[in-house]
Amino acid sequence: MASAPSKLYADDVSLLMVLLDTNPFFWSSSSLPFSVFLSHVLTFLNSILLLNQLNQVVVIATGYNSCSYIYDSSTSTNQGSDNGRMPARCVNLLQKLEEFVIEDEQLIKEGLREGIASSLLSGSLSMALCYIQRVFRSGPLHPQPRILCLQGSSDGPEQYVAIMNAIFSAQRSVVPIDSCYMGSSNSAFLQQASYITGGVYLKPQQPNGLFQYLSTVFATDLHSRAFLQLPKSLGVDFRASCFCHKKTIDMGYICSVCLSIFCKHHKKCSTCGSVFGQAQSDVNSTSNKKRKTPET
Amino acid sequence: MNNGEQRRLNGEAEEDEEEDDANNGGLAAWERAYADERSWESLQEDESGLLQPIDNQSLKHAQYRRRLRAASTARIQKGLIRYVYIVIDLSKAAAEMDFRPSRMGVVAKHVEAFIIEFFYQNPLSQVGLVTIKDGVAHCLTDLGGSPNSHVKALMGKLECSGDSSLQNALDLVHGYLEQIPSYGHREVLILYSALSTCDPGDIMETIQKCKKSKIRCSVIGLSAEIFICKHLCQETGGLYYIALDEPHLKELILEHAPPPPAIAEFAIANLIKMGFPQRAAEGSVAICSCHKEAKVGGGYTCPRCKARVCDLPTECRICGLTLISSPHLARSYHHLFPIVPFDEVSPSLLIDQQNKFPRACFGCQQSLLNPGNKPSLRVACPKCKQHFCLDCDIYIHDSLHNCPGCESASHSKIPNANKG
Ligand SMILES: [Zn+2]
Ligand SMILES: [Zn+2]
Ligand SMILES: [Zn+2]
Ligand SMILES: [Zn+2]
Ligand SMILES: [Zn+2]
Ligand SMILES: [Zn+2]
Repeated sequence: MASAPSKLYADDVSLLMVLLDTNPFFWSSSSLPFSVFLSHVLTFLNSILLLNQLNQVVVIATGYNSCSYIYDSSTSTNQGSDNGRMPARCVNLLQKLEEFVIEDEQLIKEGLREGIASSLLSGSLSMALCYIQRVFRSGPLHPQPRILCLQGSSDGPEQYVAIMNAIFSAQRSVVPIDSCYMGSSNSAFLQQASYITGGVYLKPQQPNGLFQYLSTVFATDLHSRAFLQLPKSLGVDFRASCFCHKKTIDMGYICSVCLSIFCKHHKKCSTCGSVFGQAQSDVNSTSNKKRKTPET
Repeated sequence: MNNGEQRRLNGEAEEDEEEDDANNGGLAAWERAYADERSWESLQEDESGLLQPIDNQSLKHAQYRRRLRAASTARIQKGLIRYVYIVIDLSKAAAEMDFRPSRMGVVAKHVEAFIIEFFYQNPLSQVGLVTIKDGVAHCLTDLGGSPNSHVKALMGKLECSGDSSLQNALDLVHGYLEQIPSYGHREVLILYSALSTCDPGDIMETIQKCKKSKIRCSVIGLSAEIFICKHLCQETGGLYYIALDEPHLKELILEHAPPPPAIAEFAIANLIKMGFPQRAAEGSVAICSCHKEAKVGGGYTCPRCKARVCDLPTECRICGLTLISSPHLARSYHHLFPIVPFDEVSPSLLIDQQNKFPRACFGCQQSLLNPGNKPSLRVACPKCKQHFCLDCDIYIHDSLHNCPGCESASHSKIPNANKG
């Protein structure tokens, strides 16, 4: 993996996995043009690499129809920056990004999905986690990984299970998922992702100053974070949505066999097929009377 | 309960007599070295008998294969809401040192790992701890959903004495499990060190009582097979195994972490009414109903009665509504929508179509070429046809439960996984 001798890894060396939302449907309607967004992000990535010689940055593009690795600072050489105007790493990255966007666009022509124009966050998250596992496998000494989602598209409900799976896997390997959400309303997926994994969720008030937000909130390594006053969560939406109508509900019925959520009483579970015992609407409160209250 | 007789049964107990008194305070120096460092755990023998650092890869792979087999029988109903009592035998036999540093220490260590794994896989389930000591069963912790409190209670109570009594333990646990709601799966996992049981009455009656209450009893023995344990497990539909050594014990215990296939008559399927509270903003002040203290920040609000609670999942102290957060439920959805096992790409195909195949793992970008540019072993997802390295294969099926390839393609064709 990294060519540097591993004993040099201290606790302030970071591996930053950046998930870059390239969804054309979002960026065409965004107040911040994609090119401006990209220049902020490139400056930010450069500053990460300058903070510590051993820092590593990997960029994965989250497209509308596909996801792909577009940059890895441990494999690309940074030599021969042409005429000093732009470092080679930016040239590499932009070139790969352009190829990706064109390919992704071609896939759009093959078939537009119905519903919300979300990007495939579940895919890029899964890839990032696989990459991080590889870093963990590389030996006891490795940079501290974290994931930064630069997301603008709204949540795709069909990705719910996959995104939750990824969040729990990240939580299990103690990898924080930071999110910087550029969309208009909050993203419940990213709010939960950051809350559950102990990352930071941020929705910049002034997208024009994106670089300031990125460099003050997301640039510090995990060890130094303990000394910073980072944005606090303003509540997390933990409400569930029912399987039957996809309505957001704060009270509902759960199938005791498979835990599917329904907004009203059914006779049979549509997910696992169990037929429910009797039409008890409040099993819980009756059983509660009998039940011993724990004294802990 | 006859102590004298018990002594004779466990002959070895006599020689340890003097040490036993001091057992709690000080271990012998050589024992302490074992207890502190556990150096033997990181070593294994290679073919020529030399000691080598342990190769986790083979262990991991065996585990992975086992889980895959379980997953391929997918779609069977799983008992996802479980109420499990873990019964730990802390009779004199638990002090024996055929497991290092002692049976008790090894059991405690693996029960701790089990509890954490259990709550990871069964977020809505509850665990309680019971110990048997001096022929009496004590309830160490009540049924509850917080792993830390169980682990803490167990580690604080690690001392053993007297005889073991299977009947007393079963009676105690039966009393508690009787009270749980009918949709819950009742289970008892007994870690039994002794070779006998000192019971006040007829244990057969107790076993029938457990059978009638649909309590699934499993026993993991640390010494030799005992008829009564085997009988208990057969009658109640549980598993009975004897641990051969420490890794085996660990494997046996962890086998109980994934939800067992729900046996239809063991629990009645039901719709349970639940509330999904929102998390309050950091910095808001409220009096919680569980500790009755004013607290700043955090906390959740019951959607029915608006009482504040500190932790989820719980039952609202005021209105009795079960409160959970949707992530708690989502933790078990991968049981419902498992991903298919990947196919191994055959070596002959690899040589034929070498140039057409991707050179790097789709997940982690690791090169799939051996030194000398020969293609190495790889697996392919039958749905998205992407290639993965063996390490990613294990990670994807064991922990991630997503195929990165399938997730990186348009979703329109996965209607089942829809939620939210
Ligand atoms: Zn509904
Ligand atoms: Zn169901
Ligand atoms: Zn409280
Ligand atoms: Zn309430
Ligand atoms: Zn891989
Ligand atoms: Zn796939």
